[in-house]
Amino acid sequence: MTDLLEVDDVKVRFSVGGGFLTSLGLGAAPSIEAVAGVSLRVKQGETYAIVGESGSGKTTLARAVAGLLTAQEGSIRFQGEELRGLPESQFRPHRRHMAMMFQDPVGSLSPRLSIKYLITEPYRIHGLTDRDLDAEARRLLEMVGLPGEFAQRYPYQLSGGQARRVGVARALALEPKLVLADEPTAGLDVSVQGELLNLLSDLRDRLGVAMMVITHNLNVVRHIADRVGIMYLGRLVEEGPTETVFANPKHPYTLALLAANPEPDPDAVLDRIELKGEPPSLLNRPAACEFHNRCPFVRDNCAVDTPGWQAVEPDHHHRCHWPRS
Amino acid sequence: MAGPLLDIRDLSVHYKTPRGNLKALRQVNLEIPAGKIVGVVGESGCGKSTLISAILRLMSPNAQVAEGRIGFKHEDLLAVSEERMRALRGKEISIVFQDPMQAHNPVLTIGRQMADIQYRDGTSAAEKRRHAAAMLGEVGIPDPELRLDQYPHEFSGGMRQRIAIAMALMAKPALLIADEPTTALDATLEVQVIHKLKALQADYGCSILFISHHLGVIAELCDEVVVMYAGEVVEQGSVRAVFHAPQHPYTRRLLECDPGRIKQRTRTLPTIPGEVPDLAALPQGCVFRDRCHDAIDRCASEHPAWRVLSDGHHAACHIAGQGGDREP
Repeated sequence: MTDLLEVDDVKVRFSVGGGFLTSLGLGAAPSIEAVAGVSLRVKQGETYAIVGESGSGKTTLARAVAGLLTAQEGSIRFQGEELRGLPESQFRPHRRHMAMMFQDPVGSLSPRLSIKYLITEPYRIHGLTDRDLDAEARRLLEMVGLPGEFAQRYPYQLSGGQARRVGVARALALEPKLVLADEPTAGLDVSVQGELLNLLSDLRDRLGVAMMVITHNLNVVRHIADRVGIMYLGRLVEEGPTETVFANPKHPYTLALLAANPEPDPDAVLDRIELKGEPPSLLNRPAACEFHNRCPFVRDNCAVDTPGWQAVEPDHHHRCHWPRS
Repeated sequence: MAGPLLDIRDLSVHYKTPRGNLKALRQVNLEIPAGKIVGVVGESGCGKSTLISAILRLMSPNAQVAEGRIGFKHEDLLAVSEERMRALRGKEISIVFQDPMQAHNPVLTIGRQMADIQYRDGTSAAEKRRHAAAMLGEVGIPDPELRLDQYPHEFSGGMRQRIAIAMALMAKPALLIADEPTTALDATLEVQVIHKLKALQADYGCSILFISHHLGVIAELCDEVVVMYAGEVVEQGSVRAVFHAPQHPYTRRLLECDPGRIKQRTRTLPTIPGEVPDLAALPQGCVFRDRCHDAIDRCASEHPAWRVLSDGHHAACHIAGQGGDREP
């Protein structure tokens, strides 16, 4: 398998605050690095999950890949071509091959447009209006397991699960190579969540589409992702094949995340690792290892030396001086 | 006090809509013993939110209580005056909402908001501030004195949810309602909030009605669990009884669907095929019949009664307790 998406040392900065002097051009506005140097590869047909708490930069990274915001540094290559810095007009042909599924299923569908209009909109945007849009709408709806008559409905007539399916249909309209799914199951009930994940797995097998899934639900990751990257404060702290990372986590943050996942069993024996404190502010990043002030296994050099990106196996990496065994 | 703190009997709530009467809650029975944490699970649309708004009597204008009573201590919340209800809300019964990002006023400091809600106490401003700082300390916010002067956006999501809990507990309510308080948080913060809630409950001795669709959280936090489906309570019992030996087929299916229980990586996750029935045109018989694997003829004609299976374990199913006790 070749690499479909190659992300190298990408940084996304947002300027925050900045007062009167900055507006006069005096003094630099303070900025935060929401994505602080992320490198990853997504192969053709592969599902890559990005896990991390809110504010860890997951969504920002996906938006930078989709060109919805600008990465200040690094390289984002898609099908071998550099996308970073392309003007919108030159980005558009590439965006045809990548689709974004947004977090809020109902909010991402305009309430005044019919489902048919919404799911065939990608054709209009990319000037593919020579097809029979009625037939396309039916085909897409049936592909995601909804009756063709739904084309005539409006978003308010859909349940949360149905709205998600419409979101999937719209994302797949142009047969993309890569789907960026932002929290695809947030707010769904367990049974509906199962249906949606089954649909995504099924479509992936049938269409060979690669997916980058952003989530904080580890149960979702375990069942759909081939590989997983754990993000903390805008950087990856661990990455590897899903089964390896779940069975043999190296970074203490990964370990804490896995252990924190509440079990649906009142008698579960809990072997929890309690994290100290709160995630630090991006305005005030801790020195050296950025996890050291919350880490239960912290040692002297953690506050002094910045840990590098180390390999356990060729495809399993972490950023920790004292990896768990 | 003898008897449960909250005792809901035969509660039915309907919404008047252009499509007809939407029967959002039907004959709901629910008890919350004093000092216990009771969880409510169910899919969206099962009536969890209607239940909360009925208890607080903050229902939308088109809602109508068709029958039932909500006993709280020695009163019926559905019968007391509006004035009395206002005295109870916030003092005896308080609530923590789902979204910690939107629960606070963004343009007032946390200290100001925490002082404002003590308006009933008649204490001095300095006293209110001391109380507010003490509460922030209770929920584990470092440097509470200093942080009182900060605005909501200066706190993280987990902290904001803990502040919301602090505010809800400030008046030492007898009943705290928590409406999916951890959905917006990631796993490590979710666990922090649950532990805090459990510790505070033990300290204050209040009861908690905890709404969630996260089965893992319910299992960890609650003493008892109530399972709702399409506006009815279908099963209630101790967390151990319901999670280990679920009696209603819906409860069993719901537990089977939870990906947290499936340790082996799988390509196809279990689901519950079919749709929730239309609340405006309910079928005869059992509401879960169309999606039930174990349905018998009787299920189509006769609505199952609320049956006692063992001490404190109830289910509304014709076949509950009769060979329907397979482990999920």
